Amino acid sequence: MEAALTILLDGLQFSSYLFIVSAGLTIIFGVMKILNVAHGSFYAWGAYTAAFFIGKFSDMGLPDALGFLLIVAAAIVVGVILGFIIEQGILKHMYERDEVLIVLATFGLFLVLEDIILIAFGTDPYFAYQPMALLGPVELGGITRDVYGLTLIGVAAVVAVGCWWLLNKTKWGTLLKAVIFDREMGISMGINVPLVYTLTFIGGAILGGLGGAYIAPTISVAPGLGTEVIVLSFAVVVVGGMGSIVGAAIGSLIIGLLRAIAVHELPQVELFVVFAVMAVVLVFRPEGLFAPAKPRKI
Amino acid sequence: MTNKLLKGALGVAAVSAVALAGGIAHAKDAITIAVPSFLTGGAAGPFGIPAMNGAKMVTDAINAGKLPAPYNTKGFGGATASVIPLDEGGGATKQVAEYRNLVEKRNVDAIVGYISSGNCQALAPVAEELKQFTIFATCGTPRIFEESARKYVFRTMGHATADNVAAAMYVKEKFPDMKGYTGINQNYAWGQDSWRDFDLTLQQIMPNTKASGKTQFPKIFAGQYGSEISAMSLDKADLIHTSFWGGDLEAFIFQGNARGLFKKKIGVFTVGGTAAYRLGKKLPNGLVLGARGPYGILVKDRDTVLNNWFVNTYKNLYGTYPSGPAYQYGQAILAAKIAYDKAGSDATNEQLADALRGITFESFSTTIEMKLGNGHQAATENGYGITEYDSENGENVVKDIKFYPASCVLPPEGQNSVDWIKGGMKGAKC
Repeated sequence: MEAALTILLDGLQFSSYLFIVSAGLTIIFGVMKILNVAHGSFYAWGAYTAAFFIGKFSDMGLPDALGFLLIVAAAIVVGVILGFIIEQGILKHMYERDEVLIVLATFGLFLVLEDIILIAFGTDPYFAYQPMALLGPVELGGITRDVYGLTLIGVAAVVAVGCWWLLNKTKWGTLLKAVIFDREMGISMGINVPLVYTLTFIGGAILGGLGGAYIAPTISVAPGLGTEVIVLSFAVVVVGGMGSIVGAAIGSLIIGLLRAIAVHELPQVELFVVFAVMAVVLVFRPEGLFAPAKPRKI
Repeated sequence: MTNKLLKGALGVAAVSAVALAGGIAHAKDAITIAVPSFLTGGAAGPFGIPAMNGAKMVTDAINAGKLPAPYNTKGFGGATASVIPLDEGGGATKQVAEYRNLVEKRNVDAIVGYISSGNCQALAPVAEELKQFTIFATCGTPRIFEESARKYVFRTMGHATADNVAAAMYVKEKFPDMKGYTGINQNYAWGQDSWRDFDLTLQQIMPNTKASGKTQFPKIFAGQYGSEISAMSLDKADLIHTSFWGGDLEAFIFQGNARGLFKKKIGVFTVGGTAAYRLGKKLPNGLVLGARGPYGILVKDRDTVLNNWFVNTYKNLYGTYPSGPAYQYGQAILAAKIAYDKAGSDATNEQLADALRGITFESFSTTIEMKLGNGHQAATENGYGITEYDSENGENVVKDIKFYPASCVLPPEGQNSVDWIKGGMKGAKC
């Protein structure tokens, strides 16, 4: 029983991490049809910005609890600034181009942003352990867990509910769904699609930044951070269906839980599980489990 | 007069002809040494940058003739060396392409460096194919010299077998009541070899202990170890072995520490030395810490002229004490100097290899005997200690340090590490 609870919590925790970092990626794809490789950079910039300021505030003797505020602030600042600059400065001028070219452009951006991180923050890792230390440990399922790690589940739940509410209960969500369903029709109905694109991209970037900022206290924030996460995010998005928030949530849960089971019961296959799931889904349902329906144009 | 001129001209022509026929070349005034190291990625801060700092510091000192005796002659066989720093990141395929580029297009004289076992494993055959004098500085897999004979490739530090045999011996000595052990190691050559050697050695020297059936092998640079920490917490094993390095090492320490893992289990960190200066108070007390040989925090207070020069110069230049990679790259550059001093700055790759093969030399912190792998693989002592935070001085220290001689932790020449351990480590002189 204790082992089952531990596996469940581990799975949920990892799923939450996967969901937060892949939600932004899938939203951007769903609305803009852009496979944004630079999403890994939003994650890395979020992590660096949060770690930098948490460290600075701690050195100044300010309360560690401020770290949580800094995490949210870092995600918003990174998402708004980077998202706006990239969308307005580069992507906006490429929407009529081939999708492959746009993917290559975002890959180029990813490499540039990684190098700017090196210039801005240097090669030495940053540590921002204060928020994790502040919340301390708790005994659960016969083992010690860090409370901070468990809060990740709550953050993911807030992001999921927030996305659902935004898409289904607001006027903005209706506009988004209209653009997702048929961009041309949206334009003809008077929707300001360029504005929708800009805001969507910034929103996706904020989610990417939030993933990095929230994880920062648990890791050594070092160059190359964004590379690993983009691979995992793609796996989740492919499993769930490109452009589907529900798909990203279910994809994260499937991968996270299976990975946790593998780590506990058969560690030899842990590495294989994530991509095995992806391969199986691609064989039987190439569009992913919850790919949004596509209109058939006549 | 005409006769004299004629005779002189003939003499010059004859000397030139002899020189050309005999391949006599002029000593070079300058050489280039490519130094690959992780300059980006998670390994850069803890490994790559200190390594590069060590290499540059020693090269500059050699160029200026400022190394302590017996290395106080200027230059590499008299030539001034310029270092070409190179990023080791990007994987083995990229490194092979970069290596070919260095040799075939940039015509470097020597290549000294490399941290990743995966890279060294991929590059050793390429170096042999291109006949390029190469010194591996840090990478640890024993397979490089055990699976094939090498002519142009050298490694100036001990390999993973020494790290893990020494770790097992230290565990036996300090924790004789340990009943079971598990491990978390990265899923590639380095991690797999490290666990295999540690496990096999414990099977030999502590036969009553039992390895867990659920040892963890996460992907390198995974960064998230929540599930693995849970699995190891539930495991009955009372000791955890890890050869994690770089950002993975630090992330694992943070995450494990937050969950009290190292209060309940004995942590054996074979490459933990790189974290000792960086993590400060965040490094848990009571870890069994290695530095992949006699380097870094384990030898900080070793009182020799060469070591004092290394520690003080590094501290003055970079504001921190040198960790293992700084020592390892520094000594690899020193080995290049020794080879050039012996063979001459104009030496061919063959002559440089001949000059380094099988020699014994005094490095900054230890004696290096190039006596394994037909004289291409170094044998050095290896040691471990236990971490403790010195609150008075605000720094980590390592207590109960014990070094094991090379003849105790490495197989004799010609023997494969795995066979040697499985055979009961016959001939080990401890």
